[in-house]
Amino acid sequence: MKKKKRLATASLAGCFGCHMSLLDMDERLLEVLEHVEFDRSPLMDFKGFRQRCDIGLIEGGCCNEDNVHVLRQFRENCDVLVAIGQCAIMGGLPVMRNAIMHADDPLRECLEEAYNESPRVLNPGNHIPNDPALPLLLDKVYTCSEVVHIDFQIPGCPPSGDTLYQVLMALATGKKPEFSYGMIKYD
Amino acid sequence: MDNTDSVAVKEACARFDFDPKRLLDILWQVQDVNRCVDANALTDIAQATGLPRVSVDGVASFYHFYSSRPKGRFAIYLCDDIVDRQHGFNDLLAVLRDELGIAPGQITADGLFSVDLTPCIGLCDQPPGLLVNQYIAGSLTPAKLRRLLQDLKKDSHPGSSFTQGGEGQNGNSLIQTRLKNNIRRRGAILGSGQLTESGLQNASELSSFEILETLRASGLRGRGGAGYPVWQKLDTAFRQITADKVVICNADEGEPGTFKDRVLLTEQPDLVFEGMTIAARATGASQGILYLRAEYRYLEAWLEERLAQRRAEGLLGSHICGTEGFNFDIRIQRGAGAYICGEESALIRSCEGGRGEPTSRPPYPAIQGYKGLPTTVNNVETFCCIARIFEIGATAFARLGTPQSTGTKLFSVSGDCRKPGVYEFPFGLTVRELLNHCQADDAAAVVVGGPSGQIIGRNEFDRRLCFEDLATAGAFVVFNSTRNILEIVRAYIQFFVDESCGYCTPCRVGNVFLLERMDKIIAGKGETTDIDYLRQLADTIIETSRCGLGHTSPRPILSTLANFPLVYAALLKAPNAGSQPGFDIQKALDEARHLAHRGSTLYDRDYSGGVS
Ligand SMILES: Cc1cc2nc3c(=O)[nH]c(=O)nc-3n(C[C@H](O)[C@H](O)[C@H](O)COP(=O)(O)O)c2cc1C
Ligand code: SF4
Ligand code: SF4
Repeated sequence: MKKKKRLATASLAGCFGCHMSLLDMDERLLEVLEHVEFDRSPLMDFKGFRQRCDIGLIEGGCCNEDNVHVLRQFRENCDVLVAIGQCAIMGGLPVMRNAIMHADDPLRECLEEAYNESPRVLNPGNHIPNDPALPLLLDKVYTCSEVVHIDFQIPGCPPSGDTLYQVLMALATGKKPEFSYGMIKYD
Repeated sequence: MDNTDSVAVKEACARFDFDPKRLLDILWQVQDVNRCVDANALTDIAQATGLPRVSVDGVASFYHFYSSRPKGRFAIYLCDDIVDRQHGFNDLLAVLRDELGIAPGQITADGLFSVDLTPCIGLCDQPPGLLVNQYIAGSLTPAKLRRLLQDLKKDSHPGSSFTQGGEGQNGNSLIQTRLKNNIRRRGAILGSGQLTESGLQNASELSSFEILETLRASGLRGRGGAGYPVWQKLDTAFRQITADKVVICNADEGEPGTFKDRVLLTEQPDLVFEGMTIAARATGASQGILYLRAEYRYLEAWLEERLAQRRAEGLLGSHICGTEGFNFDIRIQRGAGAYICGEESALIRSCEGGRGEPTSRPPYPAIQGYKGLPTTVNNVETFCCIARIFEIGATAFARLGTPQSTGTKLFSVSGDCRKPGVYEFPFGLTVRELLNHCQADDAAAVVVGGPSGQIIGRNEFDRRLCFEDLATAGAFVVFNSTRNILEIVRAYIQFFVDESCGYCTPCRVGNVFLLERMDKIIAGKGETTDIDYLRQLADTIIETSRCGLGHTSPRPILSTLANFPLVYAALLKAPNAGSQPGFDIQKALDEARHLAHRGSTLYDRDYSGGVS
C-alpha cells in the first residue's frame, strides 16, 4: 500500500471552530484517513511531534508566546503549512484588540477593559489573571504569516467541511488545493 | 456655541438660499468666519438646509479644509509633497516650531496660528511652499518664512515681500502673489505672440455638428490623464435630448507634481473660458462650472473679474457673440481639499454639495451628470486646446504631435533640475529630450504623470511622451542619483492611503497593506515572498476598485519593481528557517513582561520566575 501522508493540526488563538469543521467532513473523514494519518493534533491528543509531517494545518493566529512557539514548531516539522480560517489568516476576532494601537500601553488598556472596566464585569478585587503558568501575551495579535512562512491560506470562518476535504485530498495526492468560486465565497 | 458663531451659520445658509446643493460653499463660509465647522454648526446647517445632520457631517468630514476644531486665525498648511520634503520642508517645519512653538496638527495658545500638512499645492517648481488662509507662497527659505510670520503677527497681512512683484499676472492686483510662472517654452497653447484669440468668434458661426466635426478632425484627446477623444464625449452629451446640459472645467489639479493648470488659469483664463463656451455651443449647454481646487482660491478674484469682463463684452450670458439662442454662463465652484474630486464623477457630486465619492458607471456623466443633466467634464488644458483649434484650424493642430496624440502638451517639470517650470512641446518628444531642456544633469529616475503614472529609470529615457507610449497628464518629476527611490514610492502610496475616498475595501484597506509591506521592506525585514505579496495585492486593488484612484494607486510599486528591481533586491533578507524576519518575539513580549512582572518560560533563557 502507498505510504500515507502524515498530518498535524493545531489550534492557536482560535475558537476550535475550524477543527469542528474538520469533523464536518462526516463520513468522508474515513476516506481521508485512507490517505493520511494523524500526528500531533488535538484530535489525537499527541502533544508533540512523533515524526516529521507532510502537512500541517493551523487554526488561529498568535496572541501569546505559546502560540508563537507552537507555530514555529509546526513550521520546522511540516513540509507544507496551511493556515485555515480567518483567525489564522487575518487574526479574526482576537485581532480586534489591535485596534487599541494608539494607546501608550495598549496591552494594559486591553486587559483593563476586559477584566475591570467593561460595564458588565464584576471583579471587586480588580484582579487581572497572572498565573506563572499562563503564557505571556504578545503586544498585539499576529497572523500566522507574520510569524512564519505559510504555504496556503484557506479562507472562511470556518472553512466548510467540503472545503477542508478538498484541501486534504489535494495535498494528500500531491496537488495544489483549488476550489470553485462558490466554495470560498462567503456572503 | 456663542451667538456670533451661530450668526455666521445663518448668514452662510441665507447667502446660498438654504440650497443643500451649495453645501460646500456654505461650509466654506462657516469655516472662514468661525475657523471651524463644529458640532453645533453642523446641526444648524442641517436645520437650515433640510438635510439630515449626518449628511452634513458626512460632507464636512470628507474634505481636508473643513475642520471640526478651530484653526488659527492664520491657518498654515505646509505642503509636504516629496519634492518639498527634498527641498527645504524640514527647515520650514523647524522655523514654525521655533517661532510658534507648535507642530503640525496644533494651534497656538492665542489662537493666532495653526499648522497642518497638506499634499501637493501645485508649487513643485518653486518648493517649498505653503498656504496661509487664501494666500499662497513658494520658494520659501527659513528667513522668508520668519518674515512672513512677523508680518502676519504685526499687520494681519503678509507683507509686500509676499504679495508684490509676482511674475506675469501673479503681480496683478487681483492675485498679488509672488509666484513665478516659470514658462520655459511656449507653443500653440501658451502662444508665441501672433495668435489672435478668435476661436470663439469663429466657432459661434458654426453649428454643433460643425464644431464636433472640427474637433474630430483635430484628433484632440483629453489632457487630464485618460486621453479620451474630446469630440466623442461632447458628441454623447450633444445627442441627449434634455432641457439643459452642463460643461465643467476640471481645475482640481490634485496630481502631485502637476501645476500647469495653475499657470494656465493665471496667464490664459480667457482661453479656458473661451474653450468652455465653445464646448457649450457644441453640446447645447447653458450652465458652466469651473471646479477650482481650494489650494488655488487665491485665483478666485482674478477669475471672477475675467468672467465679469466677458459678460460685459457679450462673450458670456445671453446671445453670445450676437448669436441668437447661444446662452451660457460659468460659475466657480471651490473645492475643499480632496484629490479624489479630480475624478469626474466625484467632482460632479462635489459640485452638487456632496461627498466627493466616485459613482459607478453607467450612466456616464455625458448622459446623466450634474443634477441629472448631461455633463461633460474636461481638463483646463483641454479647453485651451479647443479654443486654439478654432483659431489655428483643425489641420494645423493635427499636424503637431504624433498620429494618436495630436497637438502640443504642457509638461509640469520639477524636482532635481536647474530649470523647473512649464514646457509646452508637441507630443512625442522623448524623456531624454525633456531632461536636456530642463537641465537635469544627474537624473536617475523620473516620475511621469505623477503617483498615478510611472516611475522610470535611465533605461527608459528614450521613451516618448505621448498616448502611444508614456501617457501623461503632464507631471514630470526628476529625481537625481542621491534620492532614495523607495522613499519616493512610500510617499506616493501614503498619498493614496490618505486620499482614497474609502468606498471600496480593496482601495481603502489594500493601499494600507501595500504601505505596511513597503515599510517592512524599507526597514530591511522583507523577503522575496513580500514582493510576491505586493504584486498580488496590487493586482487585486487594480482589478476590484471602482475608480481610477484604485486602478492606479499601486503603480509606484509596480513600476519601480519593473524598473528598479535591484533597489528592492538589495534590501531583501534571505529566508530564515521559515521564520519571518519582520517578527521580533522579544519586542512582542516586552510589554507583557513589564505588566506581568515576570519573564518568559519559552523565550528568556535564564528564566527564574519574576523579573524586576
Ligand atoms: C483620482 C483621479 C484624480 C483625477 N484628477 C484630475 C485632475 O485633477 N484634473 C483633471 O483634469 N483630471 C483629473 N482626473 C481625470 C478626470 O476623471 C477626467 O478624466 C478628466 O477631467 C477628463 O478631462 P479630459 O478628457 O479633458 O482629460 C482624475 C481622475 C482620477 C481617477
Ligand atoms: S476562523 Fe472562525 S471558526 Fe476558525 S477559529 Fe477563527 S473564529 Fe473559530
Ligand atoms: S477606488 Fe478608492 S477612491 Fe475610487 S471609489 Fe474606490 S475607494 Fe474611492
